[in-house]
Amino acid sequence: MIEFHLDTHSGVAPYLQIVQQVKQALRLGLLEVGDQLPTVREVVAQMAINPNTVLKAYRELDHEGLVTSRPGQGTFVQRSLAGPSLTSQAALRRSLVHWLHSAREAGLEEESILALFLSTFQDTQKEETA
Amino acid sequence: MSYAVETTNLSKRYGRTWALQDCSLALPTRRVAALVGPNGAGKTTFLHLAAGWLPPTSGRVQVFNQNPSTQLKAVLPRIGFVAQDHPLYRSFTVEDLLTFGRRLNPRWDDRLARARMQMLGVPLKRRAGQLSGGQQAQVALMLALAKRPDLLLLDEPLASLDPLARREFLRTLLDATVESGLTVLLSSHNISDLERVCDYLIILSASYVQLEGDIQEIQRTHKRLIGPHQESEAIASVHTVIETSQTARQTTLLVRTNGPLFAPSWEVQEVSLEDIVLAYLSQQAAEHLSSAPSPRTHNGMEVVQ
Repeated sequence: MIEFHLDTHSGVAPYLQIVQQVKQALRLGLLEVGDQLPTVREVVAQMAINPNTVLKAYRELDHEGLVTSRPGQGTFVQRSLAGPSLTSQAALRRSLVHWLHSAREAGLEEESILALFLSTFQDTQKEETA
Repeated sequence: MSYAVETTNLSKRYGRTWALQDCSLALPTRRVAALVGPNGAGKTTFLHLAAGWLPPTSGRVQVFNQNPSTQLKAVLPRIGFVAQDHPLYRSFTVEDLLTFGRRLNPRWDDRLARARMQMLGVPLKRRAGQLSGGQQAQVALMLALAKRPDLLLLDEPLASLDPLARREFLRTLLDATVESGLTVLLSSHNISDLERVCDYLIILSASYVQLEGDIQEIQRTHKRLIGPHQESEAIASVHTVIETSQTARQTTLLVRTNGPLFAPSWEVQEVSLEDIVLAYLSQQAAEHLSSAPSPRTHNGMEVVQ
């Protein structure tokens, strides 16, 4: 079971924050197909949040085919976002760690590393969509 | 759509002072609505009119399609009211208050009330006056909820509570709205918690309704635009400008969009709910300074949707 948290200063609508947190948990494999999401009442009790907000988030996830609601039982994960990539993540992580070591050895500081990563990431995205 | 509270040109005057003027709104059922505005805006008067405690000077208020001040017997059992500062009979024990509630209210849910008191650790033998502020608030809320109301009116319920008591109070309140037909209307001059708690907003200022609607819809239609001076009139001809500020180089507008926004030379930003509310309230304050209020021609009414 996952627990949600709300950042009231982010400017992101509360229902969207719940949607994003479920997706993140699906990507990381913290939630798997068949797992139950907390009931609306549980989320309301935990977060002191409007129940319609939780319902809206769950409807959105349902609409995207990620979860399904069974009346009287609850909301269950229908599809995972982790996919086969989860297994290859360990290997990718190792090569990223290796890359980070060489970046530090080359004298790059934390912010420069992040900036380099982000700009390269965005460039390759543009190439792929172009 | 069915409505819990509907008003048409509702007005209330005390002596020569208008506390509420031409207030027309329709609060759909099952909403958790916030009634916000500065002190003296008419929030308490509005709640008292909805509860049937006061007759309107003119105009009409209906609660579940009935007039609360003339059809009191039909409406009163369906309304829960928590007044400002959660007043309780201070010399009564919590047990006395529960007995009192049970004898006076036909739909009273004693099991719910007792279970909740136990969960919150409120001793039944303790006198109400000896409870902490947070506990008094919880007891007042519980008495209102145990009536099993269809409409719960709360006047500044959070004002006197510390952050922890606030959170606990909201938990109890929101839990009561899950899988129930309950409609909540709470007044507040503090807008920080409202985004997570409420899904409907009514802005009341200087005795007028400035804005009313679904909170997500309000956030979707309000934008902050930053761009060149000379094009701000073009924006204002299509959309409603709520707030304008200018520097030497640029103009910043807070607008309510009336349709698609086409503004290529403007940077468009999302606006937080707090900023939207503040923009409406300061707009009102500015108008007040610039001209003596003349109620019937007041342009604030254009804003009502």
